[in-house]
Amino acid sequence: MSSAPTPITAPAGNVPARSTPLRGTPREQFHALMRSVGMLPVLILLMAAFGMMADGFFSAQNFSIIAQQASINTVLAAGMTFVILTAGIDLSVGAVLAAAAVVTVMTSTLPGGGALAIAAGLATGLAFGLINGGLVAFGRLPPFIVTLGALTAVRGFARLLGDDQTVFNPDLPFAFIGNDDLLGVPWLVWIAAAVIVASWFILRRTVLGLHIYSVGSNPEAARLSGIKVGKVLLFVYAMSGLLAGLGAVMTSARLLAANGLQLGQSYELDAIAAVILGGTSFVGGVGSIVGTLIGALIIAVLTNGLVLLGVSDIWQYIIKGLVIIGAVALDRYRQSGART
Amino acid sequence: MPNDHTPRPILEMRGISKTFPGVRALREVSLTLYPGEVHSLMGENGAGKSTLMKILSGAYQADPGGEIRIDGEAVTIDGPLSAKALGVAVIYQELSLCPSLTVAENIYLGRELRHGGRIDRRGMEAACADVLQRLGAGFGPRTVVDALSIAERQLVEIARAVHARARILVMDEPTTPLSSRETDRLFELIRQLRAEGLAIVYVSHRMAEIYELSDRVSVLRDGSYVGTLERAALSAESLVQMMVGRDLSGFYKKEHRPYDPGRVVMAVRDIGDGRRVRGCSFDLHAGEVLGIAGLVGAGRTELARLIFGADPRSSGALEVDGQPVRLRSPLDAIRAGVVYLTEDRKGRGLFLDMSVRDNINACACSRDARPGGVLNLARARERAAAAIRDLAIRVPSARVNVGALSGGNQQKVLLSRLLELNPRVLILDEPTRGVDIGAKSEIYRIINDLAARGIGVIVISSELPEIVGTADRVLVMREGELVGELGGYAARPITQEAIIELATGAAGDILPRAA
Repeated sequence: MSSAPTPITAPAGNVPARSTPLRGTPREQFHALMRSVGMLPVLILLMAAFGMMADGFFSAQNFSIIAQQASINTVLAAGMTFVILTAGIDLSVGAVLAAAAVVTVMTSTLPGGGALAIAAGLATGLAFGLINGGLVAFGRLPPFIVTLGALTAVRGFARLLGDDQTVFNPDLPFAFIGNDDLLGVPWLVWIAAAVIVASWFILRRTVLGLHIYSVGSNPEAARLSGIKVGKVLLFVYAMSGLLAGLGAVMTSARLLAANGLQLGQSYELDAIAAVILGGTSFVGGVGSIVGTLIGALIIAVLTNGLVLLGVSDIWQYIIKGLVIIGAVALDRYRQSGART
Repeated sequence: MPNDHTPRPILEMRGISKTFPGVRALREVSLTLYPGEVHSLMGENGAGKSTLMKILSGAYQADPGGEIRIDGEAVTIDGPLSAKALGVAVIYQELSLCPSLTVAENIYLGRELRHGGRIDRRGMEAACADVLQRLGAGFGPRTVVDALSIAERQLVEIARAVHARARILVMDEPTTPLSSRETDRLFELIRQLRAEGLAIVYVSHRMAEIYELSDRVSVLRDGSYVGTLERAALSAESLVQMMVGRDLSGFYKKEHRPYDPGRVVMAVRDIGDGRRVRGCSFDLHAGEVLGIAGLVGAGRTELARLIFGADPRSSGALEVDGQPVRLRSPLDAIRAGVVYLTEDRKGRGLFLDMSVRDNINACACSRDARPGGVLNLARARERAAAAIRDLAIRVPSARVNVGALSGGNQQKVLLSRLLELNPRVLILDEPTRGVDIGAKSEIYRIINDLAARGIGVIVISSELPEIVGTADRVLVMREGELVGELGGYAARPITQEAIIELATGAAGDILPRAA
């Protein structure tokens, strides 16, 4: 159409146009603004509250700790965002992280050292992601069931690999990633930031990203538009797996060890919580990576603040759960009419 | 003419306005209804018909300043329950039944009979059996709604309204999913209810039905009340004039274009899926509008989907521009220059959560992507702006969610997505279903322009006047096969009678609706 020699022109004086003012009343503008900032106000509120109640919250060192603790979940949550955008879910990321971490630490003791270990960890994550994706995309199995099965099977695999022991490597070549800073900012934070930027770019600036949103919004319409739905689904699960592998590398670097049974337990829940808090919808087609980042920060700030306040472990769980429910309820109310 | 012996109106709505954020949906609209009349409400999508009816049914509240009187007394309708208590019942196009419950449970929904602490199903069923029989239902109160056809479900809704002693019944586009026989039955029922003194508001786009049924017709345009015509004064011209405020002669535009088919742009040979479609063959010429007519269920959409690669074929071959092609998926078809506009734009066409811009660019964005698959945003913006302009899509900006648009505008967005692909063959399945008159006219103009530019256009439609008005040539399908050809260089000219005859195989009882 845009390249046609004789464009189809609209006849003048046609059907009277509906008058819909572009910007709306001040009240509507306020609502639109509230919608677009998403959960940022909640994050700011939480930070202000903890700042007042807990000593030492507002310090560079504490923020560094928060950022570090958020970084691994952020990476996993980024992968989860891709998956949930297609109306899917990946319950296996914690288990995949554990398996990949075991592989990473064990490989790091071999000659070839750090680079080989990192590659192995990423490859493990990617492999499991591809298997999940294949089953969902081409086996047409429901994501919940596939990744639930994977969660258990991969966990078993992780334990098998490490012979149900903790694997150590005190001389881990890339330990600096887990513990040191680059230009004053922890390496872990740099990695998480890079993942966020890359994910944002893919989702918002590439054809693939548009296709991911389309598949999430209406898979049949996507298919009829010529989008290869199977490949899109395969990609998002592979991405989730790959990023779980990256998370494994980050964890290994930090802990210098990995235990197939204990590592990564419930990591998927924190990742899902971050994504949903960030405004991405379970039914697909709606959401953003920036929202996920804010969601992950909310969780990290919450955990950190509660620890600083000396709240016991048990109460931390309860409070965290309630905050998540409350924040999402608030969000839905604000959007009043947003789909869940 | 309203019943002469009850001159007092049952309903008077005066000065009704309704404002939504950014939009004045209704401006001081009036409506007067008499008992025992069928009063049609017409107007384009966006004219305010459904808003007015929702105010009547209590789903919305009017802005302060208006007045509603029932039987001469001012009333406040502050919610669906108070509307129902006042005797207002609305039957929406989507039907509001619970498919997993029985007919009796649906009729009594919210007003269940109780016996002790439990629901008195027997009592409910007995009472319903009565109503159902009176309305001529072919099913009983114990039937689960899921097992009923759409026409039967509509009957349940009517039974529910009648049982609740409704005095004002609003029906919103009730005949869209019905066959001709079912429509006849519905009309009989409406006349029966009218004779019993109900006031019926009939909202529809179908002129033929408006003529057949209405005692009076009121027209809304752009949120304002334009006027009411008595039956004797009804004519297509006057109605359309009131609805769009301009003259719409030459509505279908076909006469602007001489029949001069070019080369064969697509050759279809023996296409079938072994079940719904059997061995169909035809040629499509460049610059031709080929209509495919037939009864609901004849297999037209299935045929289109087979050609487009959306469903697997069991037989047949295709040639596009003389080259044999294997279209195994929609992507293959799009690459070969064949595109398909689905009949179900909301369910299978549009991405309702996404913006107009993203919807328009959904297919074409991969064509001028930058290296690495990066979106060409500037191009996407241009494309959307051009499409909005060229197809006269009414939106305040390209960033608006497509789910918020009217049917006609949504259809245009979907159409522009396909046109961006510069197709050689365009298959349009029910292109003007659920689209208002103004947008319909624009879509016909677009079809005409596309044909004039040498594109081969296939129009599948259940609206006979539309097929007769737009197509150069018509193929008729019956039970999965092509049974006849009209127009073009064929022996028989295109007429509605000829189409019906071929579509049914005989002057039969289940007919597509004639004008």
